[in-house]
Amino acid sequence: MLIRIFPWTLLLVLALFPLVAPLFDFTYYVGFVRHLLIVMIAATSLNFILGYGGMAALGHAGFIGVGAYTVVALVDAGFTSAWGAWATALIVSAAFAAAIGAVSLRTQGVYFLMLTLAFSQMLYYLAVSLRTYGGDDGYGLHTPLTLGLGLGDAQGRILYWLVLAIAALLFAFLNRVAVSRFGYALRGVRENETRMAALGYPVYWIKFTAFTVAGAVAGLAGALLACHNRFVSPSLMHWTESATLLVIVVIGGLGRRWGAPLGAAVWLTLAEVLKLYTDYWRWPLGLLLILIVFFAPKGMAALLDNRGKSP
Amino acid sequence: MSLFIAEGLFKHFGGLIAVDRVSLTVEPGEIHALIGPNGAGKTTLVNVISGLLPLDAGRIILDGVDLTALPPHQRVRHGLSRSFQITRVFNNDSVLDNLLLAVQAQTGSSFRIFGRRADKSGLRERAIELAQQVGLGEALDRIARALPHGAQRQLDVALALAAQPKLLLLDEPLAGMGPEDVAEMVALIQRLCAETAILLIEHDMDAVFQLADRISVLDYGRVLTSGDVAYIRDHPEVQAVYLGTEAAR
Repeated sequence: MLIRIFPWTLLLVLALFPLVAPLFDFTYYVGFVRHLLIVMIAATSLNFILGYGGMAALGHAGFIGVGAYTVVALVDAGFTSAWGAWATALIVSAAFAAAIGAVSLRTQGVYFLMLTLAFSQMLYYLAVSLRTYGGDDGYGLHTPLTLGLGLGDAQGRILYWLVLAIAALLFAFLNRVAVSRFGYALRGVRENETRMAALGYPVYWIKFTAFTVAGAVAGLAGALLACHNRFVSPSLMHWTESATLLVIVVIGGLGRRWGAPLGAAVWLTLAEVLKLYTDYWRWPLGLLLILIVFFAPKGMAALLDNRGKSP
Repeated sequence: MSLFIAEGLFKHFGGLIAVDRVSLTVEPGEIHALIGPNGAGKTTLVNVISGLLPLDAGRIILDGVDLTALPPHQRVRHGLSRSFQITRVFNNDSVLDNLLLAVQAQTGSSFRIFGRRADKSGLRERAIELAQQVGLGEALDRIARALPHGAQRQLDVALALAAQPKLLLLDEPLAGMGPEDVAEMVALIQRLCAETAILLIEHDMDAVFQLADRISVLDYGRVLTSGDVAYIRDHPEVQAVYLGTEAAR
């Protein structure tokens, strides 16, 4: 019963948060939660290929960057519709993910990890070299994108609610995929690729499809992040960002429904709190990662899941 | 024409020739056994036939269809299925989930992302049927990893059977088994040959002599000789190469 109503309660609480926050002088945290939700989208997409598909990609931030720079390119060209920009970001990053996946997925394990890293580094340096879009200094989106439909600009609480809706829908969608025929096939590939091929599964295309979907979703997260920050710079796709996403998914719980959201929430909240007390906020986080790896290798979501198995 | 024809199969790893121009056939309903000492190239041969390793030369034809250029999963679609010498089951899943995954591969697209797989009941019935066929009907909910070795081998065979193959490649199905499990597996293989032709790779000579309609002897990647059980049993060269080494051990 609790499990059934929990997601809806959480959604309701998150939806009411921007209305309640001003009463307690928490307005700053509306932006924080909005950022958190965007990171959750990206982490959930990584969990889809890493947790369910067993593909250890270390270049996921590259797709976030592709999505963000798609928005920059459109704004720079005088385009102003948020919907159009987000949809374009989704498509463009899907195309990049398909191209990068087509090459990287021919390898496995460490080689796959190195290739995805290499491609995301290429994207990083490409962004650095793009003088038109500010190069190293980044690009400021001075006016917010417009939503139309009487919703005004893509900023503030409206943007918060849209991000929440998109995060919730994508979360539901990817969890639905996990129990579909495709989801079972994907987990089979994670467990035993050779056997899957011998059973008659087109292993490569299964991985390719998952990788492309995950890249597209990460790109959408990047587009939302561009609107959230109103600023885009190459640091968005620095390889440490990819590594942080990886860590978030691992501490949250690989291949677990609540793994990515939980990991993102804990990681970002701890970072936020620790920053208040010390400049050396990274080392307690490192300690947390070590503790999780040793004492709860299946992640925090596994600790909460008393059934003890993935969906 | 034979059901299965392998013609001049050739595979080398650098300077080592693992499979040296091997030609063999399997007739419908036949159990064709492939024996040979360790390192004779038996497993490599199974891997090139099933497509897990690319061939350097040769042709593979099943039921009139040339499979040589096809990737492994498409060979399965055309009726060529295999088991593994080292058990390759989905360790963390139950017997039923293992079989559901195997059956799913044969029934419609696995690129469907909408709709829960659990809502389709046909899969389940076929999976249970397979479990019963190999003697795992009572073990549906057991986690594969926790099964005894013999049962894991049976599950491995059941996974291969899900494709309803025309030709089943059994790669040392008796490896590492105790006498009781061997008897059970031998009985299972005997039942299976009513449904599919079998290319049986096996070390256990008693079992091979009991099961095979025809035996080929592989040595240094080459087919040394081929014939029925009596012929192979009495063949002097075979005794020297294979049975001799067995006796000396």
